[in-house]
Order: sequence, then structure tokens, then C-alpha cells
Amino acid sequence: MSIKYAETEPRTGTTEKYVGQAIDRVDGPAKTTGEARYAAEYPYPGLAYAALVHATIPHGRITGIDTAEALAVRGVIDVLTHQNTRPMKPAPKVSFLDLSTLVAGTSVNYLATDEVLWNGQPVAVVVAETPETARYAASLVRPSYEELPAAVDLAAEQGNAVPQKGNLISEAEATKGDAPAALAAAPYKVDLTFTTPPHNHNAIEPHATTAVWDGDRLTVHEATQNITWTRKHLAQRFEVPERNVRVLSPYVGGGFGGKGSVWAGTLLAVLAARATGRPVRLALTREGVYHTVGGRTGSIQRVALGAGADGKLTAVLHTTVSRTGRSGGNGEPITAGTRHLYAAPNIHLRQSTVRLDLLANTFMRAPGESIGTFALESAVDELAWELGLDPVELRLLNEPDRDPVGGQRLAHRRLREAYALGAERFGWRERDPRAGAMRDGRWLVGMGVATAYHPSLRMPANVTIRLNADGTAVVRCGLQEMGMGTATVLGQMAADELGVPLASVRVEYGDSDLPVAPGAGGSTQTASAAAGVQDAAAKLKRTLLGLVRRSPGSPLRGRKPDEVEARDGGLYAGAAGQTYAEILAAAGRDHVEVESKAGMLGFMARTLRERRRWVRAATGAQFCEVRVDPDTMEVRVSRWLGVFDVGTVINARTAASQLRGGIVMGIGMALSEQTLIDHRNGRIMNASLAEYHVPVHADIPRIDVHCLNEPDSGMPLGLRGVGEVSITGAAAAVANAVRHATGKRVLDLPITLDKLL
Amino acid sequence: MTEIRMKVNGSVESLDVEPWVSLLDALRERLGLTGPKKGCDQGACGACTVLADGVRINACLALAVQYDGREITTIEGVTHPLQEAFVRNDGLQCGYCTPGQLCSAIGMLAEYEAGMPSAVTGSHGLDDAEIRERMSGNLCRCGAYNGIVDAIKEVSG
Repeated sequence: MSIKYAETEPRTGTTEKYVGQAIDRVDGPAKTTGEARYAAEYPYPGLAYAALVHATIPHGRITGIDTAEALAVRGVIDVLTHQNTRPMKPAPKVSFLDLSTLVAGTSVNYLATDEVLWNGQPVAVVVAETPETARYAASLVRPSYEELPAAVDLAAEQGNAVPQKGNLISEAEATKGDAPAALAAAPYKVDLTFTTPPHNHNAIEPHATTAVWDGDRLTVHEATQNITWTRKHLAQRFEVPERNVRVLSPYVGGGFGGKGSVWAGTLLAVLAARATGRPVRLALTREGVYHTVGGRTGSIQRVALGAGADGKLTAVLHTTVSRTGRSGGNGEPITAGTRHLYAAPNIHLRQSTVRLDLLANTFMRAPGESIGTFALESAVDELAWELGLDPVELRLLNEPDRDPVGGQRLAHRRLREAYALGAERFGWRERDPRAGAMRDGRWLVGMGVATAYHPSLRMPANVTIRLNADGTAVVRCGLQEMGMGTATVLGQMAADELGVPLASVRVEYGDSDLPVAPGAGGSTQTASAAAGVQDAAAKLKRTLLGLVRRSPGSPLRGRKPDEVEARDGGLYAGAAGQTYAEILAAAGRDHVEVESKAGMLGFMARTLRERRRWVRAATGAQFCEVRVDPDTMEVRVSRWLGVFDVGTVINARTAASQLRGGIVMGIGMALSEQTLIDHRNGRIMNASLAEYHVPVHADIPRIDVHCLNEPDSGMPLGLRGVGEVSITGAAAAVANAVRHATGKRVLDLPITLDKLL
Repeated sequence: MTEIRMKVNGSVESLDVEPWVSLLDALRERLGLTGPKKGCDQGACGACTVLADGVRINACLALAVQYDGREITTIEGVTHPLQEAFVRNDGLQCGYCTPGQLCSAIGMLAEYEAGMPSAVTGSHGLDDAEIRERMSGNLCRCGAYNGIVDAIKEVSG
């Protein structure tokens, strides 16, 4: 994907920085005209269509598959099953030496096994001349099964949970002091058990793959957050060299973590294309997404807090049970916020998981922190009621100077400022502290706050910059753009580093042939790209200063890089300098190209070293106002303010949109979202957008977001990722506002009206 | 197979379709007009919204044969100030719901002008609540709702 701003658009002068400005997203015109093509929208001659047949039992073996009726349908090319299909290679074992091994969504080798590990697992693929034929014929495939016992109910199985293992970037437990004893002795305490349901991402674009083989070369148009690892995984599974595989993903219709792994649909599209010798498109149905793409785990969480009469916490306990699947999945950092948010002499954290006969769980926006902060921040609010303290005041009283567990320094933490500013802007002082005391006509009004917390990380990203003789530049980086504004901010950062107008920069992304960059996950992309762009721009400067050494008249001759500034379309030492066009013309070059390469091992070592000294996170203060109908107890969110410390804001417009988006998803989590599992057979009962309720226009009020916008000196350009922090704390802010409006504490998400009546 | 003729984005198209082919699949797979999106294929998300003789419909819930002789406008045939307003107000992120939001908004404004009421219609004119109510059939999972409402207000005001 290659994209740039139109030359004709008026732009500000080149001396002004683009970073920090509210610039229109560069892909806006393509997306508002229908020009933007997504993975299922690439035409190929001879294109065939695939549809999946899903298992209807949660655990067992396939004893037979009757495909005769399906094969008899006119237009059916083939029906692929484990009985007639050349198998893929199994997924490689997970290894931290090769992080791409993490990309397999499940351990199942589809169509190479008779084992069924969840209700909905694909057991056959129909390939046909039209999408309608494929879907119809898929309904005629008749598998038979031998059923085995299955455990699908998290609450019933929680006794079988085992302690979760930590990993390089996230610990699963902590013990400091004696938290149970301190809790027992505390004069003020809360001890609550929260439950959160499973969630599904529900990106509006269902996962889709268009797979085209040409000999042993494979082209895949894919809806993915991770082109690099997807390419490597496909190369491994289909036993072709990595360089033979090209994954193209210029536009992705939302991901939120759901497109971060390689799931069945991708593999089976490629497999079907290999088996039939045809280009194959497999666009999952909405129901198919629920059945083949993991979602967020449900959770059971105990949070117990003890405090003295002064409001100082003496004990913090947070223990959690979540689930994985027999086919894979991972525990989540549910207690991560609790580890870092409040000072207390006694802390106990433990995360456990139980393996169920359900589809592997996966990352969904702020995995762990989003549901963990619901429990923690609800409990903190409840403690404020116990103490008779203002919930903002209680939080500020317990704001730590150093990390509460590890004792590291807190890098650039501005929660006090966020709360002070938020309280002022939101009118927090006008809140009547009594429950049910505020009214607007017949509506009960409540105001709640909660803290948002998400760790700030970055990954290595390779970037090339090609500078052309006309002074234009091409920036190449294999990033993904799913609407976060990646392409736009990449252009802004590059234009600043090079000192050229934004319209002179073309960015290329979303193609696995580009320099390797991290997947879109963990809110890392922008910081990762920023470091790469800065490094590449510095290299370019050195290369150009090398070129001018042979230009006798150049005012830049003999200058050192740190004496030279990139601005006004060239390099300048004070007033003396040359434009890029002049430098290249004098050197007789039509272009110069440089690459910034970041090594993974050195990078990991630096990251781990830094983690021992610093705790770094994006944080925020969420303020929510609700109106509750006193008769039906329907909850409407009426006002919202989020004040965030996310370091430097690169694009005020796209950053605000991303932060709003997380809050919207948090409101959904609070009030309506839940994936319902039939405990008799493990089947998802509401696998549709009609029955899984994501927020609609009418559910979302004006959402004010404010960023403190102070650079974090430990991050490239001072920025912290904004993709996830705003969903954290959001559901608790709603729950706390509901508590204020109604006097009722809801411990079980979502807060549907039956729980308030 | 049934032969149908539709005027799509101003040009007359003849199509041979089976009677079970949805208007959405006819547009996307037969005519190559991929602007209308398939988000759910059951009328729950609005990503497939197109205009049929100026009226917004979910193309996934319509059979192509029902629209024989009708005039269909997809996002590819839209030239409207709303498009730039969406960009200016950042009424989009991933862009997948955007064609549907735009077509829906155009249809919605026409409905409003024609005096069609909604559940919240009162004396406030086309305010935020009125726009939200009327646009609630178009889901945006990225959560660009504020920007979409702003864009519609800007253009309708």
C-alpha cells in the first residue's frame, strides 16, 4: 500500500512541525469514496469461493463425513475434509526465540485430524463457483461424531484452575508482606468477587482471505494485524520459502486483537487454493468469526482491600481465574493494573487459568487490564463508600511514589494531574456524594471515576527512506493500518525528521515485502515506527553529508551530523545549506536510500534491562455520568471525560479518535456486551451482531478526551501508545456511576437492568 | 437464472442472477462494486447500506431480483459534501462501516427533510439525539460515532 497527501492540498510551511497537529487521516479520501479495497475485495480470474462446515459438538472425534449431497450441487468444485486433503504441516511449537511462533491462533492442524476440540471447529471446507453455492453446499455436509466429555463452564471449573506462568513482559503473581493478615486486621475493608463474561471483538469486517498460488509462490490478501508473522507462519505450514509468500493487508476493517493471530479461515483458504488449483476467497460469516476466531476470556476475580481510617491502603489482594482452550490460548495480565496502581505495604496477586473445551481465547483490546481494572477500580470505589471518602481523594491518597511491588521508579506518571484536571473539567465538585441524591427530572443521575492503566512498550521496527532527486521521499515500513492512524502518523513523523512538506512524503505499509515491523498489538506500533524513522532519518543525514564531501562548493562540506538540521526540504547548518534536490543533483544521484534495522535480541535485552529500573505506562482518569430510569433501571451514559497521560500526542485528531474508540468499547463492556455460551454443549448462543450488543450511535454521548501531552523522555518522540489505555477503567467508571445513582454495586458484567431491579 | 436490469450509479447494468442472490452479493461479486460492505449479512450492522431510488436499504436483506428496474446508488456513485465532512471530523477509523454510514446518512437526511419522524423527534430539530437515533442501524466498532454525528451536523446545518 502506498499513500500520500494530494500535492494540491494547502499545507502549512515546512518549518512548522507536523507532529502534534490534528491532521486529517491520509486514507480518509479512499475510505469515504469506496476506493479502499479490503481482503475479500480483490478480483482474480477463475476465483472460487470457500465456505466452512463447523463442528456441532464441543469435544470428540469425527467418525464420518457424508459429502455426497454437497458434491452433487451444481457449481461445487470440491469438499475438503480430513479424509481427502493433503495436510499442512502442524503449527510450530511456541518459542520465545522465534516470536512468530506465537501467531498460531490454535494448535489444531485443520483437515488433518479427526479430533474436535470445540463446538464450531471447522471440519470441512466447500469450494464452489459462487459464494451462494458454497454456503448452501456447506449446509449439506453431514459429519457424524463420537462425543467425549467436555467442560465448558468457567464458574463450574474454577476449582481446577492452575497458577498462570509469567512471561518476559508480564508477571502472573506477587506477594509483598502478609496481605491476608493485614486485611483481617484492617478497620475498613471490602472483599468482593467480580465476574466478567467472554467478549468478542466484532470488527465490522469479518475475517477474510483471498489466496492465490502461482507454482510454489503464494499471494494472500488478508485481514490481519500481523503481516510479518502471518507470512512466516504460512511459509512454515505450507512448506515454501518465506520469500515466496506475500501477505497484503493495506486496509483492515478493524481488528482489536482478533486479527492478531492466524486463525482457521486463513489457513483453510490457502489450503483450499492449493487443493483446487484455483484462487480462493474465504470470507467468514459473522457466525463463522465467533466459531473460529478466539475472543476475550471470561473471568472470576476476587478483589479485597483493607484500609485504615485515614484511607491509606494496608492490604491489596487480587486473585483471578480465567480460561484458555484445549486448542490453545493464554492467560492474561488481569492483575497488571493492581500491581502498579496503589501503594500498600501488603499485596497479594495471583492469576490462574483453567483449560476448557472451548475455542482458544485470544487478545482483545487491553487483554487482562480491561477486565482487571473493572474489578480493581470498582473495589476501590466501594472502599471509598465504606470510608466515606471521595473516590478521587482515596485514589490520590494511595498514589505511590515507586512501584508498589517491585520498587522501580515510575516513569513520568501524571495521574495526579489527570485527576485534578479531570475533576475540574467534569464538574466533579458539583457531585452530591450521597447515593441516589442527584436527579435530572425523573432520571437518577450518577457520577463515577476510575483509573486507566496500560503498559507502554515498543518493538523493533525496520524502516527505509528513499529520497528522490526532486526532494520527495518514500518511507517504507511493514506496519498495519486498521484505522488507528498509522499511515498518517508515519507520514507526519517522517516529514518532520526530514524537514519536508507532508505532501512530499509517500508512505508504504501493509505489505510483507516491506521492511519488517511489529504487528499491531500492545499499543506498540507508533512508538516502534518513531524510533525507526528517527534512526533512518539520521542515517540519511550521514549519507548525504558523505555525498557533499565530493561537492567542492557545498556549504555543508565538512559539517558533522549534529551541526546540521533537516528543514525546509534540505540540510542546513545555520543559514547555510542546500536542498535535498541540490545535494542529489550535485552528486549526480537520482535517489538515495537508507535502511534502519533493529535487531531483536539486542532490543529484548535492552527492554528487560529497562524494566528492572522503570515502570512505564499510559494512564488516565475516566469520568462518567449516567442517567438511570427509576422504573426500568435502564442505564444511559450521558457524559464522559477521559484525561490521559500518553506522552507526546503525534496526531491530536486520530489519537483522540482512538481514545474515544476504547471508551466506546468500554461502555459496551459495561452495559451490553457478552458472549453467551450454552453450558450443555459449548456452543455460542449469540454469534451475531443482532444478539451480541455492541454500542450503537444512540448509546454514545459526546465523549471528551484530553491528553496531558507532555513527552515521556524515555520513549521515541516522547510518545506512548494510545490504542488500549482508554478501554481500561471504562467499565468501572460506568459501574461506579451506577452505584452512585442507584446505591447498587453490580459485580457481574454487563450491567443489564435486571441486575438493578 | 433471471435477467434483471438495474441502473447502478448512473449506468444501466444487465445481470443474470439466481433468484437467491442478494443485492449486496450482486453488487460486490457480479458488478465488482465493493464499496457496500458485508459485516453481518443479516441486517444487523448497516455496512451494506445503499440507496435504492434515494431510499436507504440494507443490501444484504434485499434480493437482487427485487430491484429489477430500480436505481441503485452505492458509495462509488456518491458525490456529497458529507464525504469530506467525515474526513474533517474523523468520522471513521478502519473505514469498513464508512460507505454504509455515508449512504445511510444521505438517506436519513432525505427522510428527515421529508418529515419522517423518529422515536425521539421533538421540537429540537436535527440535534445530536435525533441524528444518533436515526443512525443507530449503522454500527461502528472503532467507535467513531462522535465524529460521524459532527460530520452530519456540519453538512445539515
